[in-house]
Amino acid sequence: MMSQTITEKILAAHAGLKKVRPGQLIETRIDLALANDITAPIAMEVFYLAGGKKVFDPKKVVLVPDHFVPNKDIAAAEQCRKMRLFSQEQNLLHFFDLGEMGVEHALLPEKGLVLPGDLVIGADSHTCTYGALGAFASGMGSTDLGTAMITGRTWLKVPESIKLVYQGKPKPWVSGKDLILYTIGDLGVDGARYQAMEFTGPSLAAFSMADRFTMANMAVEAGAKNGIFIPDDKTLIYVREHSKKKGKIYCSDSGAEYREIRHYNLGEIEPQVAFPHLPENARPISKVGKVSIDQAVIGSCTNGRLEDLRIAAKVLKGHKVAKGVRLIIIPATPWIYRQAMVEGLFDIFLEAGGVISTPTCGPCLGGYMGILAKGERAIATTNRNFVGRMGHPESEVYLASPAITAASAVLGSIGPVEALPGFKKMKGCKK
Amino acid sequence: MKYLGRVWKFGDHIDTDVIIPARYLSSSDPKELGRHCLEDADPDFVKKVNKGDIIVAGRNFGSGSSREHAPIAIKAAGVSCVIAESFARIFYRNAINMGLPIFESVEAAKKIKEGDLVAIDPETGVIEDQSLKKHFQAEPIPPFMQELIKDGGLIAHIKKVQGKRLREKAKRKK
Repeated sequence: MMSQTITEKILAAHAGLKKVRPGQLIETRIDLALANDITAPIAMEVFYLAGGKKVFDPKKVVLVPDHFVPNKDIAAAEQCRKMRLFSQEQNLLHFFDLGEMGVEHALLPEKGLVLPGDLVIGADSHTCTYGALGAFASGMGSTDLGTAMITGRTWLKVPESIKLVYQGKPKPWVSGKDLILYTIGDLGVDGARYQAMEFTGPSLAAFSMADRFTMANMAVEAGAKNGIFIPDDKTLIYVREHSKKKGKIYCSDSGAEYREIRHYNLGEIEPQVAFPHLPENARPISKVGKVSIDQAVIGSCTNGRLEDLRIAAKVLKGHKVAKGVRLIIIPATPWIYRQAMVEGLFDIFLEAGGVISTPTCGPCLGGYMGILAKGERAIATTNRNFVGRMGHPESEVYLASPAITAASAVLGSIGPVEALPGFKKMKGCKK
Repeated sequence: MKYLGRVWKFGDHIDTDVIIPARYLSSSDPKELGRHCLEDADPDFVKKVNKGDIIVAGRNFGSGSSREHAPIAIKAAGVSCVIAESFARIFYRNAINMGLPIFESVEAAKKIKEGDLVAIDPETGVIEDQSLKKHFQAEPIPPFMQELIKDGGLIAHIKKVQGKRLREKAKRKK
């Protein structure tokens, strides 16, 4: 039998085929279909227009109003109302209204809704996040999602795979965010267009699930169709803690074919900062120069997890945010919110002069809760720094890890944790 | 159906945030979205563009978010089709599903100039720059997809096909 990659194996299994090859068009069943308050209203319209009466499985259609929720204006409130009514009508088991709502790509794994080996499509480009669990997950538009809600199926072109091999010991304060920014810097924002990015190599065993979610999350920023990790012990423990089910573990065969294999030596990777206006503009922290900031945002589907908040708190502890800098912290889910509070992280954030928002995508996509004025500059743990992404078209977003973002908030300009006053007493983030 | 229009040029990596900023996404009304099309790349674009005009861009057009509002906004602004060196994956699918014709040609994207009068035949994939008097070749659009685009997108197309089937069924019963 022909050797295959993990991506090819999952796609073949869902298409009812023994094997698939890159470029092949397949029709597959899906395990989960996801939409949010921006994309669901159109998907629901499509659902009815295409003759939909009942969703294919009320357990497998997930709706999360997270982008403009708590409702930022009347129009957003109307969109959420439509989702609420649809969920009631269709008896959806997984409609997460305010109170249960979290940033979708942090929420679904936490609720155990995605398992290894699953095939997930979502009307949100960062659906690729779930690849961290060894699942195939990819973003699509509302029309594709609306029809999949009826049929439980979709069509896909099997992607070629790019293998990314990480070796060596990480430098202090280097996180999954730094690895993915470095990788996008190397590949370019269309370097993996239409491809599967397979994250492998001995270094990754030491990286937490949170780090892996961050990396898979940003696969789309290199143009990829999906990002994926081979499940290991850490994956299995995570799945056990979040679900009663196990999923199905797939690995890539040793003879599997890749379009390209790239090796990265962690000994050479510093914390990274992606300059405006593309995620590929990654620079090592030592080469950033003087970049003063007006705002720092810690949150989003990329870096709003508990581990991210813990690192931010570790850096911020005993410090004050620089005068003139607004620090906004957004725990990604209600569970993370509460846990951060219990662990005393809120005290540290508030003591430092930051504010804590309820879970929402908010400022990441320029929705609300921290919009930038003309000429303002933000450092953020989010995923995109496109023109106008966080507000005014003449504002700027710099992407970085929670550690660098927190340190920069204190410094008033983008800088490393080591530059903080009294740094010697702090320990690096342990892997 | 051939497309004929004046060209508006854009660079590489024109992302969906630039095509339609998130601040307008609490609506999915095409007219409203069309009013803000490409506003952050060129605030006057919507004022300048005429019905039938063509966008010519560089690499990775439509990168970023999965928002279908992007092809909807482009269509609603009156743009007839987009030529680019390459398109981002999700945008490609969304454009076809929304009935916005798109053509990939590195040569055409590089050589066509802003303001040129360009004609495109989707059946042959031939792009004719009438100002430069040059021809370029893109992949033709297969007949079923042309039909889908003509109908105004995937859903309108499905509705038409289903309606036709139902009518035929009813006829047979009579």
